[in-house]
Amino acid sequence: MNYFVIFLGAMLVNNIVLVQFLGICPFLGVSSRISTAIGMGLAVMFVMTIATIAAYLIQVFLLVPLSLEFLQTVAFILVIASLVQLVDIVMKKVSPPLHRALGVFLPLITTNCAILGVALLIMNREYNLAESIVFAIASALGFALALFIFAGLREQLELYDVPKAMQGAPIALVTAGLLALAFMGFAGLA
Amino acid sequence: MSATATLRGEFTKGFLKENPVFALLLGLCPTLAVTTSSINGLGMGLATMAVLLGSNLVISVIKNLIPDKVRIPCYIVIIATFVTIIDLSMGAYLPELHEALGIFIPLIVVNCLVLGRAEAFASRNSAFSSLVDAVSMGIGFTLALTVLGAVREVLGFGTLFGSQIIPEAFPGISVFILPPGAFLALGFMVAAARVLTARLEKAAKSRQGFITAAEAAAAAAAANKETQGAEA
Repeated sequence: MNYFVIFLGAMLVNNIVLVQFLGICPFLGVSSRISTAIGMGLAVMFVMTIATIAAYLIQVFLLVPLSLEFLQTVAFILVIASLVQLVDIVMKKVSPPLHRALGVFLPLITTNCAILGVALLIMNREYNLAESIVFAIASALGFALALFIFAGLREQLELYDVPKAMQGAPIALVTAGLLALAFMGFAGLA
Repeated sequence: MSATATLRGEFTKGFLKENPVFALLLGLCPTLAVTTSSINGLGMGLATMAVLLGSNLVISVIKNLIPDKVRIPCYIVIIATFVTIIDLSMGAYLPELHEALGIFIPLIVVNCLVLGRAEAFASRNSAFSSLVDAVSMGIGFTLALTVLGAVREVLGFGTLFGSQIIPEAFPGISVFILPPGAFLALGFMVAAARVLTARLEKAAKSRQGFITAAEAAAAAAAANKETQGAEA
């Protein structure tokens, strides 16, 4: 039951993009086509889960025993950056089709604050390993869901006559605002 | 003259024309997340500016020592060092602000504004102009966050920097404090900044056109005088 609450909370109620404001750059950057949105969503899900496990292990077995918690930021970002490189190399060797589909998104993920943000949130909330994994997967699903809906909206938006000053980023931001308003309907669910 | 002109251009570019938030749309995560009040916006802006100053200075000084292939990880480590320094100092001296900004202080590491300036500017320019660039971008970012925070605070709570400016009889529009309000307010402000930039450019161009026209007239008059003199 506890896992279910964490899952729903991370995916819908406290949606990582629309409520927590993590990963806005890819949210606005790669959301103009549904197909790229799905690719990015999957790549984030993959990296976020692995990065969370790695960050958790480093925190519990390296930083805390050596009382080096102040190096958390430096350690996590280095782990995430090298992990993304590693995933890139392994994926290229093991599964070329998957690499072709997700490869272009991997370098972008290093500077995706959602990955580091989720790792830091988990440390703040003092989840155990299983709860952390559930939280990471649910957050990534929430990211993919928001990205997918937003890409669909933006594809429709291209057909409308938008005032010149509002074209591009401003209307995208207002659309995201309305989507966030819709997601507020989930408040109280978990 | 051109050296001072470019320096002034470097300094003022971040305010509006290349404003990191309104024009370049960089660093939007903290922009949207912490601007529930003008104080938070100002604090976040200044913290980012401090990191930007440090990272731009160090990277521009040691840019020739960093091998090209591993430059991004090197930049990230340098930035992360400064972020840790700021994080710990804010926790010690400004505990309330540190609490309010939460995980967005350590997340300055992945702020695309800081890494973007390191890659696009500090790795190619001298230490002095990198510092000027950092100040310019930092002021632009702080300005954007403070203005956005002020707009949301006035509309949502009726206060500005914590003091009541709209009578309490008028209830605030609470959606502007909630997450959707951040997107809505920023969307309209980006549009407003665009219109303003276009107007200013148009004004500058017409002023320039006026000057050239006046110069041309003066030159023509001088030439006319010369020919008259020659005729006489």
